Amino acid sequence: MNFGSSLKTQSAKKAAGSTPSAKAPLLSGGDGFDRSGAVTPVGSAPPSGISTPSKASTKIGKRIDVVTEYQKRVAEKESLNLVVIGHVDAGKSTLMGHLLYLQGEVTEKTIRKHERDAQKIGKASFAFAWVLDETGEERARGITMDVGVTKFETEHRRFTLLDAPGHRDFIPNMISGTAQADVAILVVDATTGEFESGFDANGQTKEHALLARSLGVQQLVVAVNKLDVVGWSEARFQEIVAKLEQFLVKDASFKKSSLIFVPCSGFTGENLVRSVVETFAWYKGPTLIQTIDKLDAPTRAVEKPFRMSVTDVFKGTGGVSAAGRLEAGHIQIGEAIMVMPGSEMAVVKNMEVNDEPTRWAAAGDSVLLTLSGIDILQVSTGSVLCARDAPIPVTTHFAAQIVVFDVKIPITVGFPIIMHHQSHNEPGVISKLVATIDKGTGEVVKKNPRHLGKNTTAMVEIRLNGRAIPLETFKDSKELGRVMLRKGGETVAAGIVTKILSFGS
Amino acid sequence: MKLVKQFIEKDKSGYVTLIPEEFEDMWHVYNLIQKHDQLRAVTIRRIQSESSTGSVDSQRIRLTLSISVDNVDFDTQVGMLRISGRVIVENPHVKLGTFHTIDLEMNRSFTLIKPEWDVIALERVQEACDITKKADVAAVVCQEGLANICLLTSSMTIIRQHIDCPVPRKRKGSVTNYEKGLKRFFEQIYQAILRHIDFDIVKCVILGSPGFVREQLYEYIFAEAVRTDNKTIMQNRSKFIVVHTSTGHKQALQEVMNDPAIKIKLADTKAAQEVQALDQFYEMMNMDPDRAFYGYKDVSKAAERGAIGTLLVTDELFRAADVVKRRQYIALVESARASGGKVFVFSSLHVSGENLNQLTGVAAILNFPLPDLDDEEEEQVPEDDADLDEDGLPPMHSNQNHDILDAVLG
Repeated sequence: MNFGSSLKTQSAKKAAGSTPSAKAPLLSGGDGFDRSGAVTPVGSAPPSGISTPSKASTKIGKRIDVVTEYQKRVAEKESLNLVVIGHVDAGKSTLMGHLLYLQGEVTEKTIRKHERDAQKIGKASFAFAWVLDETGEERARGITMDVGVTKFETEHRRFTLLDAPGHRDFIPNMISGTAQADVAILVVDATTGEFESGFDANGQTKEHALLARSLGVQQLVVAVNKLDVVGWSEARFQEIVAKLEQFLVKDASFKKSSLIFVPCSGFTGENLVRSVVETFAWYKGPTLIQTIDKLDAPTRAVEKPFRMSVTDVFKGTGGVSAAGRLEAGHIQIGEAIMVMPGSEMAVVKNMEVNDEPTRWAAAGDSVLLTLSGIDILQVSTGSVLCARDAPIPVTTHFAAQIVVFDVKIPITVGFPIIMHHQSHNEPGVISKLVATIDKGTGEVVKKNPRHLGKNTTAMVEIRLNGRAIPLETFKDSKELGRVMLRKGGETVAAGIVTKILSFGS
Repeated sequence: MKLVKQFIEKDKSGYVTLIPEEFEDMWHVYNLIQKHDQLRAVTIRRIQSESSTGSVDSQRIRLTLSISVDNVDFDTQVGMLRISGRVIVENPHVKLGTFHTIDLEMNRSFTLIKPEWDVIALERVQEACDITKKADVAAVVCQEGLANICLLTSSMTIIRQHIDCPVPRKRKGSVTNYEKGLKRFFEQIYQAILRHIDFDIVKCVILGSPGFVREQLYEYIFAEAVRTDNKTIMQNRSKFIVVHTSTGHKQALQEVMNDPAIKIKLADTKAAQEVQALDQFYEMMNMDPDRAFYGYKDVSKAAERGAIGTLLVTDELFRAADVVKRRQYIALVESARASGGKVFVFSSLHVSGENLNQLTGVAAILNFPLPDLDDEEEEQVPEDDADLDEDGLPPMHSNQNHDILDAVLG
C-alpha cells in the first residue's frame, strides 16, 4: 500500500493566489445545515477569512483572514510536529529533556531541582527525563507513560514536541502522539545488547517505526543514543546504521533519502546542539538540532473544512478545554464548531497554540481550545471538532485496505481487534475479508480469502462493537483516514479507510 | 440446577424435570428449550371474570400451566427467561389454545417435554447439574478511563458495569487534573466492585490492565477499604489477583484466561478450555492451514473423511429454530465423536464464543491435512457468505409480533 504519496493536497501557497473571495458567512448559519447526510464536501470552497460582519463578529472584533496570516507565519518560520519514538529505555525523554535544556526552554534552576529530587529517590540519571515525565507514577517508575507535549524553536523551525512512551503497554498513547506528528526521531540505544533487544521481535523499535510509517510520518531522524557508553565507537555506529537502514528501507518502506542517522548521547549532551570534535572526530555530519532544523514541513490542508481531533479534554477556566491538533482547515476565536459524534455545537472562546494565546490557528497546529456553550460530557478524547457546514461522517462499519504486520496467527473473518484511530480506541471485528491485493500492482489476487497471513495487503470490512466513531476516507483526509488494528498487545495491521459503509450510530 | 426426574423413551422422546437454582441455570434452560417443545411450570396468570351484573373482576392467580413453546426470550443482564406459547392442557381457569407467557422462577421445578432429546440437549442437562464444574470469578479489566466489571461463570460472561470516566492527560506543568481524574476513576471502580461482586460466591477477583493501572487500582481498593473500614474487602484480600492484559476492553478477558496464574485456578472450567481450543485452532491455521477449517461446508467435508481431531462449535447453532439445521450440526458432532475427535460446545456468551460465532460458528482442527478441500470450495465461497449472514443474527428479538399478540390476548 502506498502511504507515501499522501501529500498532494493543494499547497497553502498555491491556494493563496486562487483563493476565491467568496464571502462565505461563518456565523450566519443557513447554508450547510440542509446539506443532507454526513458526506463531507471536500472540494467545496471553505469559508475564507473576510466574512460579512455578523453580530457575533462585531462583538469579538474583526475577523481574521487566516489564510493570509498563515502564509505570513509560514514565510517567517515553519511549524512542525515532532514525535520521539523508540524502544523503552532508549533514552527518549532524557534526550529531549536535555535538548530542551540546551535550547533554553528549561531553566537551569528547574534542572537543578530535578537533579536534587531525582537523587533523593536514587534515580540521579533521570533528571533530564523529568522535564517531560511529570506525573508521580512516571517519575517513581522511571518510564514515560503518556505523551509529553512541549515546544521549542530552532533557527528555521518551530517545533511541537511529542515525547512518546516506549513501553509496549503504552502503545495506544504512542499512537495518539504519532498521529499528531509530521516527522519523527527514532531513538535507539547503542549499548551492546540493548540495541539488539530493542530491535528483535519483542522490542518496540520495529513496531514503533512501522507504526510511525503507517501513520504518515515520512521523514525519520534516527538518533543513535548512548554512544558514550560504548566509547564513541564508529564501528558500533556503522553496525547499527546498516541494520536499521536495511529494515527501515525494505520493510518499513521509508525512502532512503528521508532517513538521517545522527550519533549522540542524550545524557552527556554530545552532538545534540554542538558537535564535539575531541570525543568522536570521525563524525563529520550535522548535530541533532541542525538535522531537525532542515526537516521539511508537509503541505497542510488549510483550505479544507475545519477538522480537529481531540486528544484531551478537561474543565478549564470558563468552559471546556479541548486539546488536539488541527488536521485540516483553520479556526479563530468566536467561530462556532460542531462536535462529532453528537452533533453538538460550541463556540471557540479562547485558544492557545504552544502555550501562547492566539486568535487563530491553522492545519498542523497543536492547539488548546476553550469551548463555551457545551457540556464537558459532550466532548471526549477521540471526538472530532469540525466545521458545522461540513461535519465528519460517524460510522461503525467501513471498508479498509490493510497491510498485515508480522502476526503470529492469521487474520480470519470474525477476528477481534482493537481499532486505534487518532487518540481513540474501540473494539471491533473484521467482519469480511473482501480480497487480497498485490502490493505492487494493486490488482486483486484472490477474492474471499479464507485467511490473511503476514505481510499481505487486503481489502477488508471492519465493524465496531460499540459506539460509532468519526471517520473519514483516506481520500478525503490523510490524517483521519488511517486506522491501526491491534490485538493482544500487538499491532496486527495498519490500514486506510476506503469506504464508509454505514452512517450514524 | 437440580435434576428431579428424567424419563426418556427409546424413540428419544420424553421429559425432564429440573429446578433452576442460580442465574446461570437460566442460560442452560434457554439453550435447552426449543420451539414446539412442551413446558409445564408454575406461573401467574391474570384471570378476568365477569359477574352477572357486568362488572369485571380481575385477579392474579398462581397455577400450573402446560404450553407448547413458540418463543423463548432471555435477558442476560437479569437472568430472566420468558417462554411463550399456547396452552395445551385445559384448566378450570384457562381455555385450551390461549396464549400464555411463563417467566421461569428460581427454585421452582418445571418439566420440559421434548419430542426428541438429542445428545446436545442431554449433555446440556448433565452439564447444568454438575456442580463440580462451577467456578465463579469476577474480573475487572481496565485501562485509564475505561473499565469493565464482569462476572465469569462456566458458561457465561456477564458485563455488570461498563465504566467510562475520561481521565485528563498530563499537561506541561500541571498534573493535578490527571491525578484527580484518575482518583475519580478508581473511586467509580471501587463502588462498582462493592455493588456487583458477591464475595460469598466468587472464588477470585481478577484485576487486569495494561501498564500499571491494575497495581494502582489494587492499592487504591485496599487503601479505601482501610479508610472506610470495609471488612468484606479486607477479609477477601487473598481473592484479588493482578494480571496483565493489553487493553481494558472486553476482549481482554481472553488474555486473562490465558494467563498462567489464572489457568491454574480455572484449569478445568469450560471457559478456560474454550479459550485454549480456539487458540489452538488459530495456531494450527498459521502453521498448517490445510489442517484448520471453518464454515459448515468445509468442516462437514472433513468430517466425512474422518479427519476431525477437535471440533469447535457454538451453542447458538443448536438454538436454531430450524430443526433441519440443528440436526445437521448434531450429526456433525456425532460423526466427529465417532471418529475419535474431541468436541467443544462454546458458550456464545463468552468472548471466545463470540469470536467463534463470527467465524461462522463452527471450526475444526484436523488430524491430517486435507489440502484439496480448499480448492473445491473456491467457487462456492460466496454461498458460504450468505449462509453466515443468516446465522449472524441471533434469534433473540425475532419475536416482537408475538409479544404484541401476547399482550393483547394475555
